[in-house]
This record gives sequence, C-alpha cells and structure tokens, in this order.
Amino acid sequence: MRINLASVLVDDQVKALAFYTKVLGFEKKTDFPVGEARWLTVVSPEDPDGVELVLEPDDHPAVGPFKRALVADGIPFTSFAVGDVVAEHARLAAAGVEFTQPPTAMGPMTTAVFDDTCGNLIQIASMASA
Amino acid sequence: MEGVDAVFKAISDPTRRILVEELADRDGQTLFELCVRLISRHGLDVSRQAVAKHLDVLERAGLVEVRREGRYRLHTLDRAPLRAAWDEWFRPLVQPGDPSEE
Repeated sequence: MRINLASVLVDDQVKALAFYTKVLGFEKKTDFPVGEARWLTVVSPEDPDGVELVLEPDDHPAVGPFKRALVADGIPFTSFAVGDVVAEHARLAAAGVEFTQPPTAMGPMTTAVFDDTCGNLIQIASMASA
Repeated sequence: MEGVDAVFKAISDPTRRILVEELADRDGQTLFELCVRLISRHGLDVSRQAVAKHLDVLERAGLVEVRREGRYRLHTLDRAPLRAAWDEWFRPLVQPGDPSEE
C-alpha cells in the first residue's frame, strides 16, 4: 500500500486548475470527465511521478461550513514543501496571492499561509535557514 | 480602576502574557498562527480551545481586538489598556515625582 493522491476541495475546478498551475506552478497530470465534474489532478514539476493533488469539487453540503470554519480560524488543511518560504512568499505575493501569515520562524521550520482563492488556506513550509 | 483590574487579571496568566507578546510581534494574526507560535516558539502544550478561551479573556479586558477581514478572523493587540495600567498604577509608584502626573 502506498499514498499516491491527496485532495483539496475546490469551489470551482476551472478556477482551481488555473490557480494551481499558472500561479503556483504545478502541472496538470490527469483530466477526464466524471459525471458533471472532472477527475482533475496536478503534480509538481519537481516530482512529476510523485503524489498527485486531486482538485476535488466541494459541492457536498457539509463541505462549505467545514471550509469556512477552518478559514475563519486561519487553519491550513493542506501543506506543501518548498525550498525557501521567503522566496516563495515574495514570488506569490507579487502574483497577487493573499497571505494570512507571512513567512514566520516556527521552531525548526519557517512557514507561511496563503489563500488558494478556491476556499482553502494552504501552508508552505521549509526548514529554517541557518 | 475597573478596567485596570481586568487588565491585571488578564495578564496574571503566563500563557496570556505570551499571547500579548506574540501579538506585539505582529498584528492581525489568526487563531491558527497564535497556536503555532505558542507551541513551536514556547513549547507550550495547549489546545486550540484553550487558546481561544485565553483570547476571549484578553478581548474582554480590551487588550485584544478581534476583527473580521474577509473570511478571516484576525487578532490585534490594543496597547491602550496597558498604557492605562502604566499611567494609573505603575507610574505613580515607579516615578512618584514625575511632573507629568500633575
């Protein structure tokens, strides 16, 4: 058994694909219709055969309150590893991405939290330099 | 002195004093960020619910302002009650001859 997929619940798959590829820099891996939605995944260009991120529709009625409650308290349900949080923050902020937490040293890690425009907060983390 | 009493009661707890210090470091923090700061920077073993309760006490004492910005609830330190505590209680004791007291 191995882990090959992770999911984010997005409010709009078209908007999500644009954000996760054009803004974050991931690449589309699979895309085919499933009922009214799509089976839509992206991968990191640094690891194209690695874990795929499913951009999953959030239309179940329980999802809205769940996502809103997490976002209100600033809780990122998903986290990505980056080489340098400060550099990624600068790149994404310049692209108009909204951060709820700028790069902050948190023990051995530096983390930041941004809004994916699809109803989620995402954490990026790197080992603190020095 | 009612307001000052509330301030002293609020900062009588060491976890709440750390929350005040961390908010002094950066305004506009979410509950999540404050929890991570307490755990990762101070090694505190606290739950989110406990931190939320501490923040409520600080808010009632006027030390923390909670505002809704878009979809986020952000916490900001209000220094005015600390200044009032200084002016009304600490300074007359520490600097009894201070002419600014007149």
